[in-house]
Amino acid sequence: MDRAAVDARIRELIEPFNKKGITITEDTSFANDLEFDSLTVMDFVAEIEDAFDIIISMNQQAEIERYGQLVDAVHKMQAAS
Amino acid sequence: MQDNAPVSRESDGKDLFSKFDPIIKMREDLLSSGVEDPFNLVMEQVLSPTRAICNGRETILLGTYNYMGMTFDPDVVDAGKQALSDFGTGTTGSRVLNGTYQGHKDVEDALKEFYAMDHAMVFSTGYQANLGIISTIAGKGDYIVLDIDSHASIYDGCKMGDAEIVPFKHNDIEAMEKRLKRIPEGAGILVVLEGVYSMLGDVAPLKEMVAIAKRHGAMVLVDEAHSMGFIGENGRGVVEAQGVIDEVDFIIGTFSKSVGTVGGFCVSNHPKFEIMRLVCRPYTFTASLPPSVVATAATSIRKLMHGSDKRAHLWENSKRLHAGLKALGFKLGTETAESAIIAVIMPDLGQGAAMWEALLKEGLYVNLARPPATPGNMTLLRCSLCAEHTTEEVKTILDIFEAAGKKVGII
Repeated sequence: MDRAAVDARIRELIEPFNKKGITITEDTSFANDLEFDSLTVMDFVAEIEDAFDIIISMNQQAEIERYGQLVDAVHKMQAAS
Repeated sequence: MQDNAPVSRESDGKDLFSKFDPIIKMREDLLSSGVEDPFNLVMEQVLSPTRAICNGRETILLGTYNYMGMTFDPDVVDAGKQALSDFGTGTTGSRVLNGTYQGHKDVEDALKEFYAMDHAMVFSTGYQANLGIISTIAGKGDYIVLDIDSHASIYDGCKMGDAEIVPFKHNDIEAMEKRLKRIPEGAGILVVLEGVYSMLGDVAPLKEMVAIAKRHGAMVLVDEAHSMGFIGENGRGVVEAQGVIDEVDFIIGTFSKSVGTVGGFCVSNHPKFEIMRLVCRPYTFTASLPPSVVATAATSIRKLMHGSDKRAHLWENSKRLHAGLKALGFKLGTETAESAIIAVIMPDLGQGAAMWEALLKEGLYVNLARPPATPGNMTLLRCSLCAEHTTEEVKTILDIFEAAGKKVGII
């Protein structure tokens, strides 16, 4: 799966979590723009892990603040698995 | 102007404490509503495991985790007094230097007898037991798979080590297995579970979870802090009740609940377990427990082995309180009583604090638990029963809940 395909899939997955329907860009911040709390993060991460059959550990989650970083990380992980 | 003058920071009132502003505000908002501070209660006198004078009032204690009521047991108290006279007030040293007395060996022997296991290691607190064991055994390149609702001491143990941390949805067997399947071949895996989760008082499906963890080659650690002395035929915990005690690699426990004093421990049958004493920093780099504490713990643990009547009465209490609160119309954390913790779910923090205060004024103490310590950001009134609560006291407790609940308008 190339980066664009990963991006498209994650956009689908994020839809139900984007309660305020904001426009998502590479720079969108999960904590500040999307206002994800720790519970939402857990559910959202679980969706992505299941969709791509990967693990995003808490250590890795701590490094991911913005949407573009998530797409990069998932793209890299699913390519490796 | 001197160029080398110290640069003064922008004085907008910001400093390292600014990050605590949201929690300071939350607290101020709560107290400005006029309620008694739920996190600043002083017990002026403690009359028994179930009674104290709190803020000037005689109060029934229903939030102490003193499940087996050992804190005033005459044999336990005498053992402590004797050790205080014979060995002094403290060890002033680490377990690996001058801090291991006869009493420390004796309490470890008592734990080995209690759990029928080969090794026991006593820490200065339960928090340090989790911190030390988890951070030491799971290192760089290893994976820790844990329930998302794990206790703070488990998370802190994870954070202190270098392993990859993989949480799964609370008590969700399938979510746990999916994550285990995705871990790279050959990586070391530690699965961390709790017997009883202290916020809602619910029990883990350990039978299934331990079997799955073992199938994936993981080592399993179970924190049985809230079940020791009470759950399982011999009070060894949920691992015993569900028949998996021989499959788990480590049991973590505490002296600060059923045992009735303070301290933490890990028991294990692992043949190399004793090396932990030299490599586990929260064990090594702190002073050992005072002689009186280990003496009370050893005596209490040996008495708990023969506590089946007390266990039966505690179960009765727990079931009676659960059924009574449910009948009154309160929303509870579990469908039936699964442990000695009954969690009453409050609509929000404001009403939870009001209810907590109303209960206290009627002479009942429970724990108020609030976000972010709670699952789902719930506000909870956590009740923990004691084997020393009488059947009449449980009735009184229900009457107080009814009066307070009506006053606050929750039922």
